[in-house]
Amino acid sequence: MVNEKRILEVLPAIVNGNDRLVWRGRHLATVMLLQVGQREYLFDIRQGGIERIRLGSFPMPAWDFALRAEENTWEQFWLAVPPPGFHDLFALVKSRRLRIEGNLYPFMSNLLYFKDLLASIRMGANGSKE
Amino acid sequence: MKNSTDISFEPVVGRYLNLPLLGKPQRLYIEEAGSGIPLLCLHTAGADSRQYRALMNDPELLEQFRIIAFDLPWHGKSSPPAGWQNEPYKLTSKDYVSVILAVADALQLDKPLVMGCSIGGRIVLHLALEHPERFRGLIGLQSGAHVDPYYDLEWLHRPDVHGGEVCAGIVSGLVGPQSPVEHRWETLWHYMQGGPGVFKGDLYFYTVDGDMRDRVAQIDTSKCPLWLLTGEYDYSCTPQDTEFLGKSIQGADWQIMKGMGHFPMSEDPQRFLQYLKPVLAKARSM
Repeated sequence: MVNEKRILEVLPAIVNGNDRLVWRGRHLATVMLLQVGQREYLFDIRQGGIERIRLGSFPMPAWDFALRAEENTWEQFWLAVPPPGFHDLFALVKSRRLRIEGNLYPFMSNLLYFKDLLASIRMGANGSKE
Repeated sequence: MKNSTDISFEPVVGRYLNLPLLGKPQRLYIEEAGSGIPLLCLHTAGADSRQYRALMNDPELLEQFRIIAFDLPWHGKSSPPAGWQNEPYKLTSKDYVSVILAVADALQLDKPLVMGCSIGGRIVLHLALEHPERFRGLIGLQSGAHVDPYYDLEWLHRPDVHGGEVCAGIVSGLVGPQSPVEHRWETLWHYMQGGPGVFKGDLYFYTVDGDMRDRVAQIDTSKCPLWLLTGEYDYSCTPQDTEFLGKSIQGADWQIMKGMGHFPMSEDPQRFLQYLKPVLAKARSM
């Protein structure tokens, strides 16, 4: 099972502590919904930093774009060495395991940023030990 | 003064070739190293000949092969043809084959080996089918007969999205997750430097025009041997796509490369050479 603490606490600490990653996202002001199985997380992202992450479910969530996948998919994506097909957001899109919806502009115009943001809690990445 | 061991020239030499191509004068950048059997290398969509930098610096290969790589028109240091501003760039299988044959003729290559990756891995299938007598052998890296687009290609070329960054973002996951960081980012840098719409124009060949599924079984490997090497982490041209080719083409020699992604020669050259050298040894002995 995906550890909530890794998303709610470890992920923003890693991202906000990565000056270069924050710099790369410096033009961003967006809300991303991340769905992990039945759980929904709303990411408020401003100037490349994560201002806050809220855990749902939300009766009226407002977001710019959403990334939705089953919990098992994210579990494999976040393995230290993910298996082929689970190692990248677009690999998941191609296999239809991940659905990306909404206003794709902030996501696509900052694609490397979001790929690195979501991979930042990959086990073993950036010193993450869990 | 710097230590002289820090300073060196590589054995790679680059030149510009002027020739008529596709009905227009073109200026093509070509680089080469080594001597022996000509090995003509084809880069991936939206990139350039720098992907073969490690092969062109491998002393063992350079003793046996004349390794040549050129940038397709519109790519790398090759210019687009005059008047490019008035037309969209769109690669077709017919044009791609014409360019390869014209370059081989211009360099007077006698039955070269041709090795191509991705779109280059697809076009060697066309060469195998249509011009097998011209080549000593063909090596397809990340070869598939067809790929379904899985994202909207319009994102690759629009003025409100940085083309270099989005192209690199698209292909970043095609690099194997354990490939060396230095080579991963060098590979992505090539994509960041592509001209506007060029990667998208190449993908016209890859996703629409170059579908070979109903023709590959006609390839006759007795006329020209065919080797296929594909990385297991490639989700664009998947191991299953290459397996389909291997099972459809009688006599094709195919192998899946552990840990590798879509850019074997560029993302992890040392690992790739372990797979490539036995293939080149076979090609040499033929």
